[in-house]
This record gives sequence, C-alpha cells and structure tokens, in this order.
Amino acid sequence: MADNQSEIRYLTPPTVEIRKKKFCRFKKNRIKYIDYKDPEFLKKFVNEQGKILPRRLTGTSLKYQRKIAGAIKRARHLALLPYVTDMLK
Amino acid sequence: MANNYETVFITTPVLSESQMKETVDKFRSLLVQNNATIVNEENWGLRKLAYPIQKKTTGFYYLIEFQAEGDILTKLETEYKRDERIIRFLIVRLDKYGVEYSIRKRKKRENPETTSKTENTKEA
Repeated sequence: MADNQSEIRYLTPPTVEIRKKKFCRFKKNRIKYIDYKDPEFLKKFVNEQGKILPRRLTGTSLKYQRKIAGAIKRARHLALLPYVTDMLK
Repeated sequence: MANNYETVFITTPVLSESQMKETVDKFRSLLVQNNATIVNEENWGLRKLAYPIQKKTTGFYYLIEFQAEGDILTKLETEYKRDERIIRFLIVRLDKYGVEYSIRKRKKRENPETTSKTENTKEA
C-alpha cells in the first residue's frame, strides 16, 4: 500500500507556487503624502469598475491603505475618478 | 496658528474666459479679505469629468492653496454653495506631509531641469 502511494504519477507535474513577498510601495519608496489630484496614480489601486482594491491584493500597509482610500474618495468627489464604470483600464 | 488649506473648485464649462477670471477673482478676494495668504494657484483648465455633474461633462478646474484660520472656511463654503457657476468644490486641510509635497511639486515645476525625474503630467 505504502509503495503504491509513492508511485503516483501526475500527467502535469504539480506546480509549486512560489509566492513573491508583497511589499508596501509607500513604505519602500518613503512616500508620505498621497495626492488626490493625481488620478493616473490612484488608478493603480482600483479595479476596472473603479472599486478600491483590497490590501491583500496590493500589499499596501494599513496606514497607507487608509490614505489611499481617502485620496480616491476625494478624487471621486472632484470627478477625477468615476464612482462606477466599466473598462476603466 | 494658521493652517494650510487647499481648495479645488469646478466651474461650468459655459463660462467665457473673462467670466472664469471673474469667478476666480471673486474667491481670491474673498480669501484675502478674510486675512488668508494665498500660497499657490493652479489653473487646470477645461477638463473632462469622470461622470456628469449637473448634466455637464466638462468643467474648468481651479486650485488655490492658502494659509488661514479655520473660521474662514464656513464663509468660503457658503459662498461656494451660493454661486451658481461652481458645480463642485473641495476644501482640504494639508498636513505637514501635504505641505511638503506641494512645495516640492512647485519647485519641480519652476525649475524642471534640476530634478529630471519622470513627472506625471497633470495639465491636459
């Protein structure tokens, strides 16, 4: 029985996921202030529908995620970013 | 101690150049009369809005940075709300990093040769 188990062969070899460590780009680049007037930069943190991406995808630290969210909301108020869309990118 | 503020407003696209100037002058003088010192001004010109506001798809953006006491803001806000030419406005207080950022940005614009970093073009 034990021998059989070791002889299991896969048609496609199981891919071992090598996860890249995420990092907070604001901490790394020492960015202290997030400008709400720069929609092109803020677009990196929203998906195609204009929703704010979660921290687990972008790797941003909590402190800066809060600031990003605030900046995006300000930009939305000024019609620099849409509240809802499709195909933003 | 006075705070640093930044205000952006959007005016209707139907204004002519002189009317736009008049609007800006009005708010500038309002600030100055209330003992605010204007630090920086930016005219972003006519921009496309990300979504329609009052059935308009474009608008003139104008930014003013100023130093003032906090009690001026209610005056400014009511004046914004009364003015029919203003379709959207935002007033924010800049923290120390925000002030730093705007100073750095201004310097970069004044002499772009010294800091030849890739800058995102804001002017459309």
